[in-house]
Amino acid sequence: MSYKEKIAARAAREVQPGQVINLGIGIPTMIPDYLPDASDVFIQSENGILGIGSRCRPGTEDRNLIDAGGSYVSLQPGASFFDSAVSFAIIRGGRVDISFLGTLEVSQDGDLANWIIPGKMAPGIGGGMELAQKARCVIVTTAHTTRDGRPKILEKCTLPLTAKGCVKTIITEMAVIDVTLQGLVLRELAQESSLSEVLSKTAAPLLGTDRPLPRF
Amino acid sequence: MIDKTISIEQAITAVRDGHTVMVGGFGVPGTPFMLIDRLLAQGTRDLTLVKNEANEAGMGVSKLLEAGRVRTLIASHLGLNPTAVAMMNRREIKVELYPQGILAEKIRAGGAGLLGIATDIGIDTILREKRQLVKMGDREAILEPALRADIALIHAATADRAGNLLFAKSARNFCPLMAMAAERVIVETETIVPIGSLDPDTVHLPGAFVDHIVVLDDLSEEYGVLPQHVL
Repeated sequence: MSYKEKIAARAAREVQPGQVINLGIGIPTMIPDYLPDASDVFIQSENGILGIGSRCRPGTEDRNLIDAGGSYVSLQPGASFFDSAVSFAIIRGGRVDISFLGTLEVSQDGDLANWIIPGKMAPGIGGGMELAQKARCVIVTTAHTTRDGRPKILEKCTLPLTAKGCVKTIITEMAVIDVTLQGLVLRELAQESSLSEVLSKTAAPLLGTDRPLPRF
Repeated sequence: MIDKTISIEQAITAVRDGHTVMVGGFGVPGTPFMLIDRLLAQGTRDLTLVKNEANEAGMGVSKLLEAGRVRTLIASHLGLNPTAVAMMNRREIKVELYPQGILAEKIRAGGAGLLGIATDIGIDTILREKRQLVKMGDREAILEPALRADIALIHAATADRAGNLLFAKSARNFCPLMAMAAERVIVETETIVPIGSLDPDTVHLPGAFVDHIVVLDDLSEEYGVLPQHVL
């Protein structure tokens, strides 16, 4: 299992039957592979779909049926289509139970920075800001550190924010961390990771490390 | 009986230099590739384009960008089009980027005859810079002016000759919103049916918003499944 698959598999366990969820690009799009019974969960896509089904089998692609990331998708029974205004009414109106998003940085206060690196990368915000700000619950799925090994979990974000204080849980290949009013609380530790390793790769204080931690 | 069908050449002559043109579509679904190709062939320039994204390099509205026909692009993200990003970075085109649902609401407001919308999206971010801020009770909001266009270019799956439209699956996206927000609305359709044959309960966009209908004989390759997105 790759580190991305590990994150997606763990993230899938946060989903409750009957919930409406939205999947950002990257790791989040792998989550459906790990949902126990996809038919109970409605996957929403910004381009106007509620009820994306299982992974599209080769040869079954429909030219009119893609997700917001451009990938061909299938439908589950009970799916519906709508325009972009309705789609974002679902999002901003608070009808998305969980928004899974990737990130560049996330802070101990739950601030999210995932859309712009000034002077380097600014392709536009897409639907990410509205999801981050208005979904009932935002779960960040991300590699624990950047490609060159720098922590992504920080006391304070250095990049421009997507939304303030929006993140509830951070799931990485090393740990599951909850954002609380007291600070970041380590909830679970990966089987492959040690506490000292997680502490050294997290640039913000972690609470709850003085008890036996469940492994995933 | 009313018949809004027209040739593609005749329809696109309505688009003039300097016009603001809304183009439906989110990726391939809903993008009116044939209308765009005709606009390219017509040579119209100094356009302001409003589209969710810039398609992908070499496709759809990206052809207009690459041919230097676009002065300003109003969109939500250009992530799948590195060519458009590079043109933006070199300042060859002016780009205005909005959160996707806010772009949709700006267009919807324009179509609904409103002057703008008030939103708290981005209120704690750099988006608040250079925006008009308003107090709504004890909350702060960004005032976003409505968007309207001279022309909307729309792709439909089915039209009747009065302009009632049906869109297919995820091809609906910005199409009905843009069709409501333009002075002149040009629709290309895959199928044309006689007036009276659409069930009024199923119509996605009422014909009142549609001025011209171009019936497509066949679809170019661009409408098909893109190999780069097949898993």
